[in-house]
This record gives sequence, structure tokens and C-alpha cells, in this order.
Amino acid sequence: MLLQALAFYVFAAVTVASAAMVVVSRNPVYSVLFLILAFFNAAALFVLIGAEFIAMILVIVYVGAVAVLFLFVVMMLDINLTELREGFLKYLPVGAMIGIVLLAEILLALGILGAGSATMSGLNAHGAQVMAVDNTRAIGRVLYTQYFYLFQVAGLVLLVAMIGAIVLTLRSRPGVRRQKVGDQINRTKDQAMTVVKVPTRGGVS
Amino acid sequence: MTIGLGHYLTVSSVLFTLGILGIFLNRKNVIVILMCVELMLLAVNINLVAFSVFQGNIVGQVFAMLVLTVAAAEAAIGLAILVVYFRNRGTIEVEDINSMKG
Repeated sequence: MLLQALAFYVFAAVTVASAAMVVVSRNPVYSVLFLILAFFNAAALFVLIGAEFIAMILVIVYVGAVAVLFLFVVMMLDINLTELREGFLKYLPVGAMIGIVLLAEILLALGILGAGSATMSGLNAHGAQVMAVDNTRAIGRVLYTQYFYLFQVAGLVLLVAMIGAIVLTLRSRPGVRRQKVGDQINRTKDQAMTVVKVPTRGGVS
Repeated sequence: MTIGLGHYLTVSSVLFTLGILGIFLNRKNVIVILMCVELMLLAVNINLVAFSVFQGNIVGQVFAMLVLTVAAAEAAIGLAILVVYFRNRGTIEVEDINSMKG
């Protein structure tokens, strides 16, 4: 139990610290790398609580796809770093104030919920529930039956996002020579070749 | 000492606040704003999964997967818009984005 608590505190601390570094880091590339670190540690937290499937999906989707996409874009765009940092100190007081107020409100709500309500203490008393079947199997059992339409809609969302991204970034530049397959197929023997009668010692002119 | 639901909720609330703080602080850099949105969605996911596990109800994790899907779609579309914007304007400063004003 002590080991579990220790692991939780380590992973939570690293997650929060790297999230803070995402915000304050000077270079967007470092921000992306810290984002990856935060996602890895959040995945570790999920494993700790017993949600292995979501943890693995988090690593695959976020680290494997989204973070790499971010890294691609950050490195592809030629950004002026110093200009982008200008407003940081100007917005720091108001931003910090809003952040502190929000965090205080959330923690206060949590504290009231934790101290007063029967649900929270009841949930805590149970501890992390151990499912009868393993995590992945339990998700599959509801995902493909009860929530099948939701699953399909998720696929549709991804399809729309893919088409949208392609349509947005596709451009036809002038002066680029492309292969015209139709023209190539429609070419006949008459257009393509001529028979030349070559005279002896004359050669082809 | 045991790790309870409150511990996870605290972590997720701190993460969410950091995301909002990041949006406020990096007003010029759209890429960091997108990353902060991802952080906030991660905080939401931690909340969903923690409640799901402590209640013994798997549906929260199914919903967390859907949130993950939407987050991935949002990142793809956002970055595509960003690339097009950079191609047209040569900068990604958010404060300059007023070309859609009538």
C-alpha cells in the first residue's frame, strides 16, 4: 500500500510539473516534449488505478499520434520565438489570479464534497473497485453492445476530421507538372510513333 | 496510507487549472494554446476514469475513450487550420487574427 502511495505521488508530481513546464517553456519544441512526458505519467496513473486499456490508448493516441503531429507542425513552421513570448509577463498577474481563484474554488468544492457528502466517503471506503473480468474485456463488453452507436459516431468524427484536415491543407500550386493519367491512356499508336525509312549511309536527319 | 478518489480529483483539478493558466499566459502562441487544451482534456479524462474506477462502473472509461477521440480530431483540425493560416499570413500570432471581421 505504501509503495502504491509513493508511486502515485511520484507520477502525480511529474505530471503536474511537466504540465507547468508546457505552459512556461520558452521553446514550443520543449513544450511538446513536456506534453509527452505529462501524458506518459498520466498513463502511469491510469495503470496505477487499474484502467490499463485507457492508459495504453492514451500512450498510443496521444504520444504516438497527437504529440508527433504537434512536433511536426512546430518544427515545420518557421516561428519567431522571441515575438511570441512578448505578452507573457503582461498577462501573468491576471492569469495567475484567475488560475489561483479557479483552483481554490475547485479544491474548496472537493473539500466540501469530501468532508460532508456520504457519496464521496462511501466511494473512498470501497477503494478502487476490482472488476470481475479484466479491464479491456469489461470495456469491450459494453463498447460493442450497449454503446455500439456511440462507437460508430466516434469513427465518423475521426473520418470528418481526416477529410477536413486534408481539404484544409491541400493546395494546387501553379507551375507544377503532374502526371495526367487520362492523357497517357488515350494516346494512340499514331501519336506515339512514326516509321522512318532510313536510307543507306544517310542516317536519320 | 491509501490513495483515494480525492487524490486523483486534486491532480486533475491542478492540471485543468494549469491548462487555463497556459491559455491566459500564452496569448500569442496558438500551438501552446492547443497544447493547453489537450492538457485540460487530459484532466477531464483523469476525472472520468477515477470516478469510473471508484464506482466500479466501466461506462466512465468508455466515455473517456470518446473524449480521447474528439481530442485527437480537434488537434488534427486545429493544426491544419494553423498550417493554412501560417501559409497565408507568415505568422501564428493570435492577436493578429481579425481578418474575418466584417
